[in-house]
Amino acid sequence: MSRPAQKGSPWPPARPADSPVLLKASGLVKAYRTDGVEAEALRGVDLELAPGEFVAVMGPSGSGKSTLLHVLGGLEPATRGELWLRGQRVDGLSTAAWALLRRRHIGFVFQFFNLLSNMTVADNVELPALLAGANPRQARKRREELLSELGLADKAGTAPARLSGGEQQRVALARALANEPSLLLADEPTGNLDSSNTRDVLRLLRRTHESGQTILMVTHDARVASLADRVVNLFDGMVADDAKILPMPRGLNGVRDVLELRG
Amino acid sequence: MRQPLLALLAKEPAHGYELKLALEQTFGQAYPSPNIGQVYVTLKRLEQDGLVRSQDVEQTTRPNKRVYELTAAGREALVAWIDEPSDGPRIRDEFFIKLILAPMAGLADRIALMNTQRRHYLSLMRKLTELHADTDPADTPARLLIEGAVLHLQADLDWLERCQEEFV
Repeated sequence: MSRPAQKGSPWPPARPADSPVLLKASGLVKAYRTDGVEAEALRGVDLELAPGEFVAVMGPSGSGKSTLLHVLGGLEPATRGELWLRGQRVDGLSTAAWALLRRRHIGFVFQFFNLLSNMTVADNVELPALLAGANPRQARKRREELLSELGLADKAGTAPARLSGGEQQRVALARALANEPSLLLADEPTGNLDSSNTRDVLRLLRRTHESGQTILMVTHDARVASLADRVVNLFDGMVADDAKILPMPRGLNGVRDVLELRG
Repeated sequence: MRQPLLALLAKEPAHGYELKLALEQTFGQAYPSPNIGQVYVTLKRLEQDGLVRSQDVEQTTRPNKRVYELTAAGREALVAWIDEPSDGPRIRDEFFIKLILAPMAGLADRIALMNTQRRHYLSLMRKLTELHADTDPADTPARLLIEGAVLHLQADLDWLERCQEEFV
């Protein structure tokens, strides 16, 4: 197993000090070369996230949503452009430096959960904390908190494969939050769930956000996106729109008004 | 309100106030609460059309009440209405017409129009999500109504994406 973080580094890692910007991307370009032809998945993206903000990224398939999330989380290097996280310039970091940064400051949730199948739910959730330098007692305590918060306390000893999709995604969320990350990145977290499980995950995301978690989420599901403070619409590798979701100006005060919505 | 009243009378004869209560009970929050005057006016029209008939029933301690029942013609009209497929929802045609015409007249560009519309849909979606969360889980008609509106709205947003692909 991989080496724990350097001795003496505190756990959980400190949240960023009050800075107006948690994440800043400017002129972000991601190009792929296939068969000698270069194609740009991102063509100059500018984006800022304030601490505590919840931003949804929408757009047609192929618009670069997932690529953007991967580049922001250091899973793939940017081809050009600048990326800043917590006031630190991070585009140019080595793979190892990114791994360390992610472990301590970024949580990921994916569409297909990506849980480790040969470990129990409890071990899946404790692992990131242990890797980030928590001692076993701290990791267990944090795991217990998270699982009970997410309604999974009785599943701690279970193998992920024995859980429903909705439960697996909740475990993935617990794992992503284990280190109290500065930034939670989520790629279509409800893309593989039915509507009642989607509602559960939505409720948890909303609660997580209300407790101050900064979230950037790629989604196709407008129900999920409508929870965000801001929606960024990506089109053809560029930002086509970036706007706060405003309250409804008029109408729709109760269930009965829904009947009038059609047409 | 004609068909709902016919449908309730197909179950059993009833007087106006019972019908109002039955409507409220059947639809929960999902249907505008009918006003009693509206119920009586509708029953009177249905009677003129030969779809229901009524008779006064004497009550000892209260004024007589008028009890309505379905006629054969009423049952036939009800069955025809139930059997007929209902119109599907229409596309938001006002927006569609703006989208096609506005750039022609040089009044607005399509990207701006689509962005404005998407923002509006997302506000609407947030409101529906809140309504759903605030709805009594036991009120099935209300929950289904909101879920239907949410699915339509998602389709509108998907369609907006298609427009974006075509026009940008």
